[in-house]
Amino acid sequence: MTQLALVIDLNVCVGCHACVTSCKEWNTSGWAGPLVDQNPYEGSPTGTFFNRVQTFEVGAFPNTETVHFPKSCLHCEEPPCVPVCPTGASYKRPDNGVVLVDYDKCIGCKYCSWACPYGARELDAQQKVMKKCTLCIDRITDESLSERDRKPACVLACPTSARLFGDVHDPDSEVSVAIRERGGYPLMPEWGTKPANHYLPRQKTRMHIDPEQLTRLDNPLRQEDLTRYTGEQSIDDVAW
Amino acid sequence: MRDPMSQPDAQGGQVEIKETTCYMCACRCGIRVHLRDGEVRYIDGNPKHPLNKGVICAKGSSGIMKQYSPARLTKPLRRKAGAERGTSAFEEISWDEAFALLESRLAKLRAEDPKGFALFTGRDQMQALTGMFAKQFGTPNYAAHGGFCSVNMAAGLIYTFGGSFWEFGGPDLERAKLFVMIGTAEDHHSNPLKIAISEFKRRGGRFISINPVRTGYSAIADEWVPIKPGTDGALLLAITHELIRLGLFDRDFLIQYTNAAELVIDDPARDDHGMLYRAEMHVDEDCFDPQNRLWWDREINGPISTHTPGAEPRLLGSYTLPDGTPVKPSFQLLKERVEDYSPEWAADITGIPADTIRRLAHEMGVMARDHKIELPIPWTDCWDEEHATITGNPVAFHAMRGLAAHSNGFQTIRALGVLMTLLGTIDRPGGFRHRAPFPRPIPPCPKPPNSPEAVQPNTPLDGMPLGWPAKPEDLFVDDSGEPVRLDKGFSWEYPLSVHGLMHNVITNAWRGDPYPIDTLFLFMANMAWNSTMNTVEVRRMLADKDEKGDYKIPFLVVCDTFASETVAFADLVLPDTSYLERHDVLSMLDRPISEFEGPVDAVRIPVLPPKGECKPFQEVLIELGSRLGLPAFVNADGSRKYRDYPDFIVNYETTPGSGIGFLAGWRGKDGDKSLKGEPNPDQWQRYAEHDCVFHYELPRNYQYMRNWNKGYLHWARAHGLIRYAEPFIIHLYSEVLQKFRLAAQGKRPGRQPPERLRERVATYFDPLPFYYEPLESGLVDTQRYPLNALTQRPMAMYHSWDSQNAWLRQIHSHNYLFVNPRLGAEQGFGDGDWVWVESPHGRVRCMCRFSEAVEPGTVWTWNAIGKAAGAWGLAPNADEARKGFLLNHLIAEELPAHAAGEHLSNGDPVTGQAAWFDVRVRVYKADAKEPKITAPQFEPMPRLPGQEKQRGKWQAYVAGVFAKK
Repeated sequence: MTQLALVIDLNVCVGCHACVTSCKEWNTSGWAGPLVDQNPYEGSPTGTFFNRVQTFEVGAFPNTETVHFPKSCLHCEEPPCVPVCPTGASYKRPDNGVVLVDYDKCIGCKYCSWACPYGARELDAQQKVMKKCTLCIDRITDESLSERDRKPACVLACPTSARLFGDVHDPDSEVSVAIRERGGYPLMPEWGTKPANHYLPRQKTRMHIDPEQLTRLDNPLRQEDLTRYTGEQSIDDVAW
Repeated sequence: MRDPMSQPDAQGGQVEIKETTCYMCACRCGIRVHLRDGEVRYIDGNPKHPLNKGVICAKGSSGIMKQYSPARLTKPLRRKAGAERGTSAFEEISWDEAFALLESRLAKLRAEDPKGFALFTGRDQMQALTGMFAKQFGTPNYAAHGGFCSVNMAAGLIYTFGGSFWEFGGPDLERAKLFVMIGTAEDHHSNPLKIAISEFKRRGGRFISINPVRTGYSAIADEWVPIKPGTDGALLLAITHELIRLGLFDRDFLIQYTNAAELVIDDPARDDHGMLYRAEMHVDEDCFDPQNRLWWDREINGPISTHTPGAEPRLLGSYTLPDGTPVKPSFQLLKERVEDYSPEWAADITGIPADTIRRLAHEMGVMARDHKIELPIPWTDCWDEEHATITGNPVAFHAMRGLAAHSNGFQTIRALGVLMTLLGTIDRPGGFRHRAPFPRPIPPCPKPPNSPEAVQPNTPLDGMPLGWPAKPEDLFVDDSGEPVRLDKGFSWEYPLSVHGLMHNVITNAWRGDPYPIDTLFLFMANMAWNSTMNTVEVRRMLADKDEKGDYKIPFLVVCDTFASETVAFADLVLPDTSYLERHDVLSMLDRPISEFEGPVDAVRIPVLPPKGECKPFQEVLIELGSRLGLPAFVNADGSRKYRDYPDFIVNYETTPGSGIGFLAGWRGKDGDKSLKGEPNPDQWQRYAEHDCVFHYELPRNYQYMRNWNKGYLHWARAHGLIRYAEPFIIHLYSEVLQKFRLAAQGKRPGRQPPERLRERVATYFDPLPFYYEPLESGLVDTQRYPLNALTQRPMAMYHSWDSQNAWLRQIHSHNYLFVNPRLGAEQGFGDGDWVWVESPHGRVRCMCRFSEAVEPGTVWTWNAIGKAAGAWGLAPNADEARKGFLLNHLIAEELPAHAAGEHLSNGDPVTGQAAWFDVRVRVYKADAKEPKITAPQFEPMPRLPGQEKQRGKWQAYVAGVFAKK
């Protein structure tokens, strides 16, 4: 069975929020829209986003890491949000593993958001239905789009290509290879939800310099006179 | 709900896809705008565009909310008779009335004294047109925003190696192995840099970030080196010290391509001390940079012409020429200069341990020396030597405003240029590479006018409003050495102010110093808020009156797309279009979007009709130029020459028959010429067919070493990029600066600075980079104000533009002051508390946040999120006005009075660059009884005529039905 997912590379994510708003602009006018905004031009603006970036710090000065962490529905293989739904609105597609909500069936009871350990669901406060990332289901399955464009908006937008998209059940897919080779990990595996989305960890590149490397035969200083005779007396002038 | 696969999105309405160029920031990516029933459904990156290759950022993806923003202006407005300026009491007028009003006022000024008209523009991308308009009008009082942005970066490097970062050039991360980013640099070239950094990291490159704050790109650096603000020069000079001490420099590069081995006269008693010794030899009249200097040859142990085949020049030593002149190679002088700049010395200043400084130097030096790149590309240098390969030393740097926005920024950036040069990384693979039209001569040829006579009634300005002084005679001063420009640009106060000093314009005009003006025309510059220093006072000046009750700045015209804080102060408001509603050019005459591989320019083509009565600012200039009869805009009989802006762009040539115009692509009658060629009536069509972008790819052997690449330089001359196909020898040692210094020391005939400025010019025009403490720190009480305060650019916002954006403002609706927890512990406040941040010039109440990602002597916040109540279409209760704040209130536009003058700009003494990041502050807890709201507060700005009424509590944007609701 195909399980579509995102693999997000924390090693290159600079926290620019391209994924956040490209998602919003695609989806608000798409199948899963609208993504409503509350107080759009007043105090305390808030609204529906399928994807958000959280930024946190690790460590104490000066050994501080700043981590940008994009977060959206992880399209779990065992999604806890599905069985708790009293109306069957929350469902997992059998053909590609994408977890979706049927707004017509949703009664806004929020059971799913309580069940989701990742806080990935967003209640549309105006429409009173639960909304969430669809992996741009209306892009990735739209055969009228070019193959290049048949990807989630966030993946296409990301300036650092930090978001990989593909089938994590296909061992040869780009996402499976990245998870395998780069130490990709799921969030909170102890919950048994088997998130399809994975994250790739930070990696450090260091440079080792052998002290011997600092002085070499071809050192350009050797091209210059190290000392110069300017007529002063030396032992060679006076000793016998 | 239907199955999502049951209907393609394109069946949701009438779909059109149009290509144009983004303008959500200055990056200028290619975009595809998808329309559904005439409304914007989706904006994505154009995969065929060379700049962004299909990606797009948070801003670009939110263009929809800018297009449909309730902050949009839609009608020309005039301040109501009798209404006070600044109260937003406007009435609608027609464009005809607006033009008639401007025409009569400006025609009178032009006939009497063109200086009375001042045109200053913000973050626009049409400086070639606005500058030309000013020149044609005859006023010297023109500049764009560069003086308060990053002019130190432009000038510091262009005066060193003939190019700089951003549009002018950048780090070649495709081949670099070590990348060092110094200071905040997220502000420019954002998507291309994000693409490049991520690919660089994937290839295993090592990324070091030197910055007081770890945010932005620094977050993914392999190593973060926290540094105290304004001390970068000390670090760079200490690294240079270590590189020279160990011999970790590229000797061959220095000898062949820089003036490192050239002999400098070394006799303080002589008037020509510090000048390059120039031999008497034939000098070609047409030659910009005569090759009549000398090396000291090791074999003959005597002087020899530079670049003599087979010569082996000394870099070090002290010699006497046959005529008795004592000389030293300039590299020797550099070595002496950095002798005392040890890592231990810099450690105290920068807060970086000496061992770390040494290691940084070793990493740079060893990487450059031992990981050389050899590209099998044959090329010929300017001395006819043929090379089988192109060599690269893979150490790349990037820096922008973090270095630039200090009063020691010019010399700091000179130090960076010298370091990049020592490592042999200029226009080489893996190092720094130029972007067309750079490299240019050092400095470039255009000069500002140099006397008050250049300004005459009803006559174009004699010279370019902005240029590149190379000697005191190029300064724009009167007989007593005092400024001719309103902003005092190109005067002895800021001799190399190559982008002007917009940050001093309002204060100078208000004070009438050097003279009062009549009309100030501001385009897209929020000078009553986040684009000015000293915001509270500048707002007062804009509305201040003289003893007769007349405004001190008599007439203020503001052209903008949005109801900004500055619009409130206008006498006349002109509504500009959005970027999706206009023609535009990103021109080779201005700041194009060139790639390393060759020139690139681009256009915008409207995808939507203008909202209301909005008119593109370019059309306003064409109309005004035609009405005023400015020579470039009218035929010999005085009749209008250009129908509109698109017509102007196609048909204008820099001089009749020059073949050089605003757009470089598809020139010539048949569209088969590039860069130079007669006008092509179908040029816009060609751009429209090619994704709105023109990319000229140079042959590979013209893509590197361009300062000295004979083939490239002749190509560039043939295509009108440069005048002379002469080598641009890197100014490791700057004789240009020494000329100003000698004048200040009274050792040079000709122009001399006024007495009060002699010491200042002599000090800061040092031909070798040096470190000095930022000027303000020497003039205020740093015991009382022990902290530095900075701003950084949030990646999801571009200056003030995006707080009106319903989506982006949800990411940052207000800002915090980020402080190291140690400061909170010392001062007794906690994370999230309301605090006062106070400088010698004012104080601001705001909320703080603790962060371990900031060095303890620094506090910082995001730039330009705070808003004045009611501005930008936001409700007065918006977070931006209640909790968001500006640091600008704390930053003075002038230095405290001192020996060199009473009203000197708070900027760099060489370039005048605004020293935003020099401000010193202290932070203390706000009283518990104080209101939980930011201070200062301002009277809310009402909605303007023609502006949409307040939107409701809910907004659900769905393309195709939004406007109908």
